[in-house]
Amino acid sequence: MSDVALRANGLQKHFGGLKAVSDVSIDVHVGEIHAVIGPNGAGKSTLINLLSGELFVTAGAIKLGDTDITRLAPDRRARRGLGRAYQKTTIFPKFTVHENVRLAAQARSPKPLRMFGHVRNNADVHDRTAQAIGKAGLTPRTHIAAEQLSHGEQRQLEIAMVLATDPRIILLDEPLAGMGQSEARGIIDLIASLKNGRAVLIVEHDMDAVFELADRLTVMHDGHVIATGSPQEVRMHPAVRTAYLGDHGDAA
Amino acid sequence: MPRNWLIPVVLLIVAVALPFVVPTYYVQFISKALIMGILAMALNLAVGHGGMVSLCHAAFFGLAGYVLALLSPGYDPASLLLTLPVAVLASAAAALVIGALALRTRGVYFIMVTLAFGEMLFFLFHDTGIAGGSDGAYVNAKPELSIAGYQLLDLASPLVFYFVILAFLLGLIALLTMVVQSPFGHALAAARDNERRARSLGYPIFRIRLTAFVLSGAIAGIAGYFAAAQFGFVAPQMLGWHLSATVLVMVLIGGLRSVTGPLIGALVLIGLEEVLKASTDYWKLIEGLIVIFIVLAMPNGVRQLWPMIVGPAKDSDTKPATTAATEATHV
Amino acid sequence: MDLVTFGVQLLNAIQYGMVLFLVASGLTLVFGILGVINLAHGAFYMLGAYLAYWIAAYTGNFWIAMAAGVAIAFVVGLLLESVFIRRLYGRDHLAQVLLSFGLILVIDEFREIAFGKDVHSVAPPAWLAGSIQLTDNLSYPVYRLAICVFCLVVAALIFLVITRTKIGMIVRAGAENREMTRVLGIKFDVVNRYVFAVGIALAALGGIVIAPISTVFPGMGDGMLILSFVVVVLGGIGSVAGAAVGALLIGLTDTFGKVFFPSVSSILIYVLMAAVLLWRPNGILGRREV
Repeated sequence: MSDVALRANGLQKHFGGLKAVSDVSIDVHVGEIHAVIGPNGAGKSTLINLLSGELFVTAGAIKLGDTDITRLAPDRRARRGLGRAYQKTTIFPKFTVHENVRLAAQARSPKPLRMFGHVRNNADVHDRTAQAIGKAGLTPRTHIAAEQLSHGEQRQLEIAMVLATDPRIILLDEPLAGMGQSEARGIIDLIASLKNGRAVLIVEHDMDAVFELADRLTVMHDGHVIATGSPQEVRMHPAVRTAYLGDHGDAA
Repeated sequence: MPRNWLIPVVLLIVAVALPFVVPTYYVQFISKALIMGILAMALNLAVGHGGMVSLCHAAFFGLAGYVLALLSPGYDPASLLLTLPVAVLASAAAALVIGALALRTRGVYFIMVTLAFGEMLFFLFHDTGIAGGSDGAYVNAKPELSIAGYQLLDLASPLVFYFVILAFLLGLIALLTMVVQSPFGHALAAARDNERRARSLGYPIFRIRLTAFVLSGAIAGIAGYFAAAQFGFVAPQMLGWHLSATVLVMVLIGGLRSVTGPLIGALVLIGLEEVLKASTDYWKLIEGLIVIFIVLAMPNGVRQLWPMIVGPAKDSDTKPATTAATEATHV
Repeated sequence: MDLVTFGVQLLNAIQYGMVLFLVASGLTLVFGILGVINLAHGAFYMLGAYLAYWIAAYTGNFWIAMAAGVAIAFVVGLLLESVFIRRLYGRDHLAQVLLSFGLILVIDEFREIAFGKDVHSVAPPAWLAGSIQLTDNLSYPVYRLAICVFCLVVAALIFLVITRTKIGMIVRAGAENREMTRVLGIKFDVVNRYVFAVGIALAALGGIVIAPISTVFPGMGDGMLILSFVVVVLGGIGSVAGAAVGALLIGLTDTFGKVFFPSVSSILIYVLMAAVLLWRPNGILGRREV
C-alpha cells in the first residue's frame, strides 16, 4: 500500500456538552483522493478544522507522515506540509492573483519573514508562484485583483495558493459549493490532477463529483464514521444507504 | 513618471533650505513637528500596516525620554552613543512585554489592554518618585555626540539638532519603506487583512505582529529620546494616552497605508494646533470638532483631497483603509 | 489587622467596586449592543460629578442634583447618538477611538468654559452625612454605606432589565445576533439610541454618587476610563455580570493592595489584568474562543 500522508486516530471534539465529532479515524494516502461525505451536521467541517489545526481535539491523535501534529498550531502544520483550501473564499481581496499566490509561496520559502530586500527579488518564490498559477489555469488572470475574479476563478485561486505552499496533503472544504455546471467541470478536473504526488482529502456535497473523483470514501453520520472503503463498497453498504444515500437525490 | 520623484525631491530641498531662512523659533518648531512625525510613522507600522490599534505608543515614547533624563548626569550632557541605545532598548523591552500580553487579544480588547498598560507606565512615573513624580524632571543639557573626547556634532545648536532629526527621519523612511516591501511586510499585511488565511498558509501571526509591534515601539523610543532632549524636560504627560490618541489622529490624517503619510499628518496637525492656539483660547474645542469631522468625512485621511487637486492617484497607497483595523478582530 | 479594620476595608472595597460597576456596566452595554468603543465614557463620569456640584450649589439639594444630572446626561446621550455615534456603526475601531477622543476634547473644553478647572467638593445629603461609630476610635461614614445600598439597587435594576425584558434579550444574545431582534420586532436604531443614552447616564451617575466622597476635578474621567477598561477586560466584554465580577475584583485588589503593599498598589490592578490575560484572554466571563 502507498504511504500514509495523514492519519487520524479516534478523534473527538466536544463543544460543552455537544459532541460534534465523537469517534473518527481516517487515513489519507499519497496519490489518492479521499472524500468525506455525510448529511449536514455529521461533523465534516469540524473534522477538517481538527485536521488543519483551527480546532484542537478533545481526544485522539493526528499524524502527518511520521510526525505527531495533534498539538501543533495551524501555521506549524502548514509549514510541515498540510495545505488547506477554504469553503468560503477567503483570499486577500485587494491583492492581485500573483500577490496572493506569492504570499503562499513565500510562506514555504526558507526565510519567509525576511525584513530586507523587496518581495519581488526572490527568483525561487517567483517561479513557484508562476507554476502554481499555471497549474490552476489562472495565468491569463495573473495581474487581476482577486476581488474582481469570478466565483469559479476565486476557487482556482484558492487551489493555486494551496499548491504554492507545496503541500504533501491538501484539505479541500466543499470546493464546488455554489458553482454552476460548466464552472464545476474545470474545478473537478483540476482537483483530479492534484493527487499526483500528493494526498487529497475532500469534503463535498455534490455526489456525482465525489463518486467521480474519490479513490476512497469515508461516510460520517452524527460524528461517527459509519463506513470507509472504495466508492463501490460504500455504495453497497447497508448503513450508508439508510443513513445517507436515501436523500442523495436532492444533493446531486 | 517624473511626478513620482519630483515631489519628494522638492520637499527635501525645502527641508534642507528651510532652517537657513526662518527664525530659530521655527527651526525648533519644525524639529518638534518632525519628531512627532517620526512617532506617527512608528505608530503607523503597528496601526496601518499591522492592523494593531495601539493606545500605548506614548508610553514607549515617554519611557525613552525618561531614560535620557535619568541617565543625564546633573548639569552635564549625556553621551548620545551610550544613552540612545539604552533608551531605545528600554522602549523595545516595554513593547515586547506589553505586546506579548496585548496580542493575546484582538480588536477592541487590544485597544483597551494597550491603553491600560500604557497608563500603568504613566502612573509608574506619576505616582512614584522615580524622576520627580508628577512634576517631571529636567534634562539640563542636550546629549553630546562625541568619540574619544572629540565632539562630532553640537546638538545644543538648533540648526545641528534639526539636521540630526532630519537625518533620522530620512533613515526611518528608508527603513520603513524597506520593511513594508519586504517579505515580512507582506506577511504583516496578510495577517492584518486575513489572519486566519495567513495562518493556514503557515505564517506565525503572533510572532509577526509582535515583531512589528516591538520595532514600532523602539522607533517611538527614538522619537521620545529626541523630544526629551529638545524640550529639556520630561513629565508623565509624555506617556499619557492623550498623546497616543493625538498621534493616532495624525496617522488618520496622513492615511494608514503609506509610510510617509503619518509624517504629513503630524505636520498638518501640529501646524493646525499652532494656529489654533494663537487665535483662540478654546483651541481644544475646535481641534476636537476637527478630529470628529475628519473621522466622519475623510476616513482615508486628507490624502483623499489629493486626487481632487492633482488628478486621480495611480499608486496603490490609497486603497481603502477603512477596513484595515477591524480585520484583526476576525479570528 | 484586626477584624473591625478588615471589615472597614472590605466595605471600602465593595463600595469602590460598586461605583466602578455602575460606570463600567455602561461602557460594556454600549459596546455589547452598539459595537462601539467609547473613550469619552470617562468624560461623562467627570461631567456627572461637575453637574452634581453645580446643581447642588444652586439648589442646595443633592437629590435634585442627582436626578437632574442623570437626566441631562441621558438627553446628551440621545443627542450624541443621533448626531455622531450612529455614524460609527460598522466603522472600524480606529474611527470609533478617534471620534470619541474628539468628543473628549470637546467635553473637556466645555467643562472648562462652564465650570472652570477648579477642584470642588459636594456635600452629601444631611441625613447621610454622619458616621457610624464602630469602635472607640473608628467610625464609618453613612454615605459610603448608602452608596453600597444605592448601587446594589441600581445593579439589581440592570439585571432585572437584562433578564426580564426584550431589550435584555438582545443584550444577552449579543450584538452579532441582529436577526433575532428583527424577529422580535424591535427597531434597532431606537434601541441603540436609548442604550447609548443609558450607558452615558450610568457613567454620569457614577460621577454623581462619588462626588461627595471624592473631589471633583478635571482629570477624574481619565482615571475612571482606564479602570472601566480594566474591569471590562477582566470580566469579558459585553457581559454585565462580567463587569460586576471585574469591578469587585478591582475594588478588592486596589483597597487591600493599598493596605498590604502600599508602594506598588497603583500597579497591582495591571498585574491582575496581565494575569487574567494569560489565563483567559477573553475575560473571566467572556465567551471562550473555540
